[in-house]
Amino acid sequence: MDCTNERRKIYLDNAATTKMSEAAIKAMLPYMDGIYGNPSSLHSVGQEANEALTSARERIAKILGCEPREITFTSGGSEADNQAIISAARLGEKKGKKHIISTAFEHHAVLHTLNKLEKEGFEITLLDVHENGLITAEQVRNAIREDTCLVTMMYANNEIGTVQPIAEIGAVCREKGVLFHTDAVQAVGHLHINVKEQNIDMLSLSAHKFHGPKGVGVLCARKGILLTNLIEGGAQERGKRAGTENIPAIMGMTAALEEACAKIDENAVRLTVLRDKLIVGLSQIPHSVLNGDYGHRLPSNVSFCFEGIEGESLLLLLDDKGICASSGSACTSGSLDPSHVLLAIGRVHDIAHGSLRLSLSEENTEEEIDYTIKAVKEVVAYLRGISPIWRDLVNGKKEFITK
Amino acid sequence: MALYSEKVMDHFRNPRNVGVIENADGVGEVGNAKCGDIMKIYLKIENDTIVDVKFETFGCGSAIASSSMATELIKGKPVSEALALTNKAVVEALDGLPAHKLHCSVLAEEAIKAALKDYYDKNGIEYDHTLFPDCASCGHCCET
Ligand SMILES: Cc1ncc(COP(=O)(O)O)c(C=O)c1O
Ligand SMILES: [Zn+2]
Repeated sequence: MDCTNERRKIYLDNAATTKMSEAAIKAMLPYMDGIYGNPSSLHSVGQEANEALTSARERIAKILGCEPREITFTSGGSEADNQAIISAARLGEKKGKKHIISTAFEHHAVLHTLNKLEKEGFEITLLDVHENGLITAEQVRNAIREDTCLVTMMYANNEIGTVQPIAEIGAVCREKGVLFHTDAVQAVGHLHINVKEQNIDMLSLSAHKFHGPKGVGVLCARKGILLTNLIEGGAQERGKRAGTENIPAIMGMTAALEEACAKIDENAVRLTVLRDKLIVGLSQIPHSVLNGDYGHRLPSNVSFCFEGIEGESLLLLLDDKGICASSGSACTSGSLDPSHVLLAIGRVHDIAHGSLRLSLSEENTEEEIDYTIKAVKEVVAYLRGISPIWRDLVNGKKEFITK
Repeated sequence: MALYSEKVMDHFRNPRNVGVIENADGVGEVGNAKCGDIMKIYLKIENDTIVDVKFETFGCGSAIASSSMATELIKGKPVSEALALTNKAVVEALDGLPAHKLHCSVLAEEAIKAALKDYYDKNGIEYDHTLFPDCASCGHCCET
């Protein structure tokens, strides 16, 4: 199989973003030429757009198990995370509650918002995510205090794919009367979610992670939770998010979500087979380690650390072989520290630099997986061959960290 | 636009002078695994000339390409010229590096200096100690 020419790419970076589905593209087009009105306009062209908006809101609410008025359209996952957390903080501080519980391996959209609140005097507790990348409801229960105003915990981790016991955590929060937000950006469209049944008060999602367009998402917030505006202006989104609605993107997102959710089980079966094949294949590389619990994991996520090599050079050489992947190494992030997620699960710097994330989509084939296993093995062996660390490890001058 | 210039990618994909010199006259290793780049340089020196040089690097594309280019720039040159090699010259020879990648290339200059210092020390050759700032103070390789 020749993947070295430009046209033949093996895309294994679906946690970063996905290709738009045909259904999503098709759903957007009419709202770019025919139905281009502003939903706030009174005339028929505007009202047609407004009808589309209303229907999108209903369809998304039905999928998430909430009411249409509980849906707020945003510019994506980051904005939804920011608004959920800021809103809960403002509600909390009115009652003198300024304690928030989260984890150390949240997305930066969450962590940076929490940092901002910390500077304002909020107290933030970040729960230990353990080496397996999992939190328990018990941990949350033990961390909740009288002054806790919010628990915010990601549904599935974007780097290591671990899936938290969200329904159990939701039940604890409900029992204790604490607001519960989940960043479900990596989970929506891939796992079965029902905000009511799972006691989720607020949920963030982003369309481009399930074959929808970029720059659009949803904050789903249970009625009665007063949202704080991040963007002031017109009265769109019940006055909680100003700005003329991005109707084409919202329609694309809705179509993509319906399609993804209709195929969750079918896709999961297919992806799990490919994922496990990759995990078994890459585990054969000596001195490698799988990141994140194997059992509670997204069907699409494979994450490894390879001792003795650095992630950016691994990615560049894989790209030369037609494979698009991702890494949490410092040199790919432009900072001196490797991914905060890998550090949070206790990977030391030495091996966190040699990380590789492969995230699958339904379009990947078994042939691609076979090719990828072979390619990763070759590249890791080559880079180890020119690595002074690897020489020291092999010669016994340094001790191996992994088996 | 790609992250790296064609020159960088060429040296990254086909690094020159990779390997080890047994019984080298000077060996220098800088950086550490904590910050993600480590470079090791081996020198063979005869009549005050770098007759052979090899490197091993653990690091990103920028680190590997800089090591390769730096070894090319000093091979066959008098020791004094190798000592005068700057990070700037390495980066220029590579047709530039992205700003946030410059720190990964600094190691090449430092590894060569460390190897030359090792050569002087081993052979009891007098040298100007100020030419070799002590590692702990520079911060480039995030020495801990
Ligand atoms: C877990 C998680 N949260 C939030 C985001 C941010 O979403 P967006 O890119 O739509 O702002 C992402 C994606 O990058 C993510 O993976
Ligand atoms: Zn680097």
